[in-house]
Amino acid sequence: MQRNIYIYILIMAGVTYLIRVLPLTLIRQEIKNQFIRSFLYYVPYVTLSVMTFPAILNATNSPVSAWAGFLLALILAWCRQSLFQVAVVACALVFIIECFVV
Amino acid sequence: MDRNHPRWYRRGLKDGIPIALGYLAVSFSLGIAAKNAGLTAFEATVMSLTNSTSAGEFAALGLISAGAAYTEMAITQAIINLRYLLMSCALSQKLHPDVPLLSRLAIGFGITDEIFGVSINVDGNLNPKYSYGVMSLAIPGWALGTCLGVVMGNVLPARIVSALSLALYAMFIAIIIPPIRHNHALAGIIGLSMLASFAFTVLPVLCHISAGVRIILLTVIVAGIAAYFFPVEEDTNAA
Repeated sequence: MQRNIYIYILIMAGVTYLIRVLPLTLIRQEIKNQFIRSFLYYVPYVTLSVMTFPAILNATNSPVSAWAGFLLALILAWCRQSLFQVAVVACALVFIIECFVV
Repeated sequence: MDRNHPRWYRRGLKDGIPIALGYLAVSFSLGIAAKNAGLTAFEATVMSLTNSTSAGEFAALGLISAGAAYTEMAITQAIINLRYLLMSCALSQKLHPDVPLLSRLAIGFGITDEIFGVSINVDGNLNPKYSYGVMSLAIPGWALGTCLGVVMGNVLPARIVSALSLALYAMFIAIIIPPIRHNHALAGIIGLSMLASFAFTVLPVLCHISAGVRIILLTVIVAGIAAYFFPVEEDTNAA
């Protein structure tokens, strides 16, 4: 059966938007429960960690450049460099390694 | 916190630059996949503008080319993008209770992994103008990359795409690492999260779980354990 591409897109966008916007609009007050507060405090760190590792190792053309970029990003982040600096310098290292080393 | 400080929009723009660059690289490959799935540049751009979700859109392309049922599309998107529900809950605590509904509806549109990452990273309450700043570069970057991917295919040198692909992960690292200097429990939790995530990709059975479901499962489990053993005393806004 031939289906309409724009209906697909509408469904995708609708479902995804509802997921994104419902908690933000329904939870208007500060949550008092300490467990839930703590849980929500840790959510971003856990989510970002899980998304970063090990996916970062497959992001580039070679595991060598990916490991190098990963370690350099860790060091720069530890030294409190800005988001932009960490991202740009790590990307540059990947580029250099893939040009000359790998 | 001065909620109407004019610099908030500019700060958002500045943090939006690396996101937009990273998005260009990722959505470029999304565009190539969209072309292979039979979408025109316009259709693919509309999809990216209205969705802004890499995993969700990649999965959708598979469903579209297979001619899947509309309900199947709805369920797949709900599962893959469920992590945004958690992010939205966390972000709701970052907004001042007085932030009006319209602003919340607008901020919600821009909850992606990366925009969420930088938004949760600002000091104190999240100013909606900051979100708008990030979104106004990141979302067009995402849509533009998709469009270019369809139109230009493999013109961009592979080395550049490869290097740019690291940008988003490097940014995540720049967000999660600095606070561990003063919070050793957090360091352990980040290490545990990465280890668990790695285990889920190599262990039998577990490795068949999709990335979207793995992120939700581990977030609920690890953040739950962390909250139980290391409850946060006060002022979660200091995140």
